[in-house]
Amino acid sequence: MISIRNLRKSFGAQEVLRGISLEIGDGETVAVIGQSGCGKSVLLKHIIGLLKPDAGAVIVDNVNVSEVSEKELMELRRNVGFLFQGAALFDSMNVLQNVTLGLWEHEERDRDKLARITKEKLELVGLRNIETVMPSELSGGMKKRVALARALAGNPRYLFYDEPTTGLDPVTSDQIDALIQGLTAQLHVTSLIVTHDMFTVERIVERVVFLHEGNIYFDGTPKIFAESSDPICQQFLERYRRSA
Amino acid sequence: MKIVSRMIARLGHSTWRFLAEIGSFSRLFAQSIRWIPSLPRDRQLVLDQMEHVGTGSLPLVLIIGLFTGMVSAWQAAYQFKGLIPLSFLGGAVSRAIFIELGPVLTAIVIAGRVGASIAAELGTMKVTEQIDALESLAISPVRYLAVPRLLATTIMMPVLVIFANAIALLGAFLVSNFFLDVTGKMFFDSVKQYFQLKDILGGIYKTIFFGASTALIGVKVGFSTTGGAEGVGKATIRAFVLSSTMVLILDYTLWTLLF
Repeated sequence: MISIRNLRKSFGAQEVLRGISLEIGDGETVAVIGQSGCGKSVLLKHIIGLLKPDAGAVIVDNVNVSEVSEKELMELRRNVGFLFQGAALFDSMNVLQNVTLGLWEHEERDRDKLARITKEKLELVGLRNIETVMPSELSGGMKKRVALARALAGNPRYLFYDEPTTGLDPVTSDQIDALIQGLTAQLHVTSLIVTHDMFTVERIVERVVFLHEGNIYFDGTPKIFAESSDPICQQFLERYRRSA
Repeated sequence: MKIVSRMIARLGHSTWRFLAEIGSFSRLFAQSIRWIPSLPRDRQLVLDQMEHVGTGSLPLVLIIGLFTGMVSAWQAAYQFKGLIPLSFLGGAVSRAIFIELGPVLTAIVIAGRVGASIAAELGTMKVTEQIDALESLAISPVRYLAVPRLLATTIMMPVLVIFANAIALLGAFLVSNFFLDVTGKMFFDSVKQYFQLKDILGGIYKTIFFGASTALIGVKVGFSTTGGAEGVGKATIRAFVLSSTMVLILDYTLWTLLF
């Protein structure tokens, strides 16, 4: 379970999060949406301790992320899979090394087992026989899939997606959405998806949290959000409605 | 009055920033020391970096060393003219190479090649979220990225300087022998006559500090990079400027302590 309590964060004079409180139950699939720069990714990075809050707390499995020791934080992160916006694959490593780096560094040195895990996770994201390929040779969609396979390698209980479809063409975006939807149903993990893509929200999640000016402006089902007559929600939905 | 108070405020701000920078470098160094017990496990990471720093830099270091030795022989002969016989040239040139020229020029070359490349590599990893990705996989970037680079540069810098000293001495001998009519016997007798082990060891001892500071600056600047490709470019320049300046500051400080 993830519990965010009165979280505040500023960068210089700019206050990005202004007292966010949010509870995410085990097995839930939640989307955090909002305009670019509203603090969605910042919120996500606080949950795995990549950023420290100015005030407030993030509690994951009854552990306060900002107050634990580095060792405890590392333990906590082993339960988390994180898909970064730009995939963040390691340039100098091939696909197999990317997918298994986390396991290798945590003392899993059986190469046959690592190859088996890579094959299994790649198949889970719809890829085959690319273990020796370097990230520079992959397309944008394939990079995201490999990054997702890497996030899944440690069998995490939490999956965090930072803008999973940003920068992808509509067809590839649909494929990634379907993939996330399939994984959520198949793996029974708690998923948090940061996005500004309403198509992703509508298709995948059961709960949507809308951030506006550093606060939670809406927290409910995608259906209620889509039907909202609030002008700020309307403004966010405008572009989606036009392209839908 | 306003101008004075503004100047004092700016000075105070700069001092504060400088102290904060020193603090963050010290913190990174302390964090790196804490991971030393993991070294047996991480030896391959260190060896890879040693190959990159050592083998990768050797051709450049040898070229710089050769030309440094050659030009120092010409310079010494020019300064000796009418004052000191050229039979003293070997001793003078070799001591200059062992104490200053070999260590400092090698360290500046390494600051350019290794320090800047560490900053560029880690800076790129930072702006493309690869360092965040490492952390999300529960891997400490300090352990995985900083410690191997710090250790490899600190170990390989003295090794490179030994090569640079040897080839610089050869360069000085070649110029003396072929252009200045100093025979090999005269040159090396003079080297032997004025040779002090302290000169070579002092020079090499300094390079341990040069290596550590170059890598530490490269890593810190790389880890602090922001702002995409432009940020990486700025980080690379900053790492080179800081580390080469630090080599000269350390050189002066260590001279006062060692010689």
